[in-house]
Amino acid sequence: MKPVLKKCAVALGTLVFVLVFNFFLFRIAGNPKNDLIRGNPRLSEAGRERLIHQRGLDQGYLTQFRIYVDDTLHGDFGTSFQTNQPVSTMMWAALPNTLILVGISTLLATLIGSWLGIYAAANRGSPGDTGVVQSSLFFYAMPDFWVGMVLIWFFAVEVGLFPTGQKSEPGASFSTLGYMWNVAQHATLPIITLTIGIIGQYVVIMRSSLADVMGEDFVTTARAIGLPRHRVLRRATRNAILPVVALSAITLGFVVSGATVVETLFSWPGMGLLSYNAILNKDYPVMQGVFLVASAAVIVANLIADLAYTYLDPRVRTS
Amino acid sequence: MSVESPTAERAELPAERGFFGRMAAGTAHSLRLLCTSKSGMVGFFILVFFTLVAIFGPLIAPQDPAASSSYSSHILAAPSSAHLLGTEENGRDVLSLLILGTRISMIVGISAALVSAVIGGIIGISAGFFGGWIDNSLTAVDDWFLVIPFLPLAIVLVSLLGPRASDLPFGKLSIVILVIGVTGWAGTSRIIRSQVLSVKERMFVERSHALGASTFWILRKQILPNVLPLIFANTILIIALSILAESTLSFLGLGDITHPSWGTMLDTANESGAVSAGAWWYFIPPGLCICLLVMGFTLVGYAIEEIINPRLRERQ
Repeated sequence: MKPVLKKCAVALGTLVFVLVFNFFLFRIAGNPKNDLIRGNPRLSEAGRERLIHQRGLDQGYLTQFRIYVDDTLHGDFGTSFQTNQPVSTMMWAALPNTLILVGISTLLATLIGSWLGIYAAANRGSPGDTGVVQSSLFFYAMPDFWVGMVLIWFFAVEVGLFPTGQKSEPGASFSTLGYMWNVAQHATLPIITLTIGIIGQYVVIMRSSLADVMGEDFVTTARAIGLPRHRVLRRATRNAILPVVALSAITLGFVVSGATVVETLFSWPGMGLLSYNAILNKDYPVMQGVFLVASAAVIVANLIADLAYTYLDPRVRTS
Repeated sequence: MSVESPTAERAELPAERGFFGRMAAGTAHSLRLLCTSKSGMVGFFILVFFTLVAIFGPLIAPQDPAASSSYSSHILAAPSSAHLLGTEENGRDVLSLLILGTRISMIVGISAALVSAVIGGIIGISAGFFGGWIDNSLTAVDDWFLVIPFLPLAIVLVSLLGPRASDLPFGKLSIVILVIGVTGWAGTSRIIRSQVLSVKERMFVERSHALGASTFWILRKQILPNVLPLIFANTILIIALSILAESTLSFLGLGDITHPSWGTMLDTANESGAVSAGAWWYFIPPGLCICLLVMGFTLVGYAIEEIINPRLRERQ
């Protein structure tokens, strides 16, 4: 049990480090109060003073740091400079949208990617294998926003099959089912874009992991006793799936930040678009909150992947 | 994942020819080996092609996009004999922008990867060689950089450092380079550290210790030559990632518009509505070029990795 505790402690330490670093990162450029004022241009001089005081930006850094840690531990990430809404409210509204995109595309990439990887490893050296490997490398090399642009151009502009962006038709009124159908139509292109962006890694990892296992003694034995090919493959795959499981967990860790560009391109109201707009408007509390949640998600996902490894693979557990 | 490399024995042989002599000999040797890998050769030719375009860009380009004469009223015009890849939203020749963007994309990718290599190399070697609390604290920093999501950090850094761009040579371009380099070294240092850990345990290092060699001498003469090939291969792979990172930052409008790269082209294409206007000649070519260049560096990087670590070759 000891290594598990140690891993949790390291993750917690990293989290604390992020918390502290986060505070200083957004103050490198100076006190953010000028940006607060820019976000509220119509206030009088007295109103500005009051607002700055209310946000604690007239305090020393040490007091500001105390307020920041205190707020964060209470799940409150401060108040946006732009919308004057609590940052947590804005993030809670955006998070489900991102989860839909990243969740579905991770699932698709895992399924299709591992299937292609298994196919490639089972037919190593064949033209099919070469084709799969080369095209996954090509997919890996494509900037995801460019994939999105090409998809929008072809499927939305030329063919007119899907909308070009946003989460649903603005201004239209729908029944519940009709709304869901509309959202699904809007989500299709971003999901395909994200899936293409991450599928290459799954193919490569599945292929090399299975190729490794195929060289092990038990596979040779299974072949030697005359098991049919597909049953040999099934046994080998079960032993090779672990890195893919870990990769899925790690991909999900990027749930908050991984879709920034795609969300921006498709105007999809998720965490990525939220942070992009926050950056454009120098809305530090929002940036700070998104940054913290994004890092926390990665840390937690890595920890889960790590623990899953320990749990699922007895060799890792004992070593 | 630890990478155990058997290069150690080979790399300690040519000690007499000086640093550059060894580098030249090593490069020639690598090139010969590269020819044995088909995909490595493909990658190598891609790189040669784009390098030539980058060097001779101003001579090949039909127009100088910076000159005011290049602007015209033919906005988003389809490809024709006058403009092989059509025109963009200001009526400028897309092919010329593409050719001159090669230079920027390559310079940013390579320089950022060099920044990563230097930081990752120094941190990885120090952590692996000195061990103890130095290793622990450096690994903690490394862990942190590994879990930090790249894009938010890069975006925050670019927007924070942006106002100071004028103090630096090449303005905002150097900020983009620095930010990509500073956020991209964690993987490198992890690999270098494990290599140093394994080199440190080898007999020849122990012998030098016993003979009273100084720490610095061992680092310079025995550790460094044995990790340099690995740093080299890794840097080539990081170049590919840095080029992608640059295109992403530029696409989000954080690049240097005075030095337009392929990513900047995609950004302006998107902003000017080229996608909904169906002007495919404007946004397809830059994306394809990014793709090809990234593939080129990745293929060559993999090939070099296989040369350094023959165990990978057996697995293929």
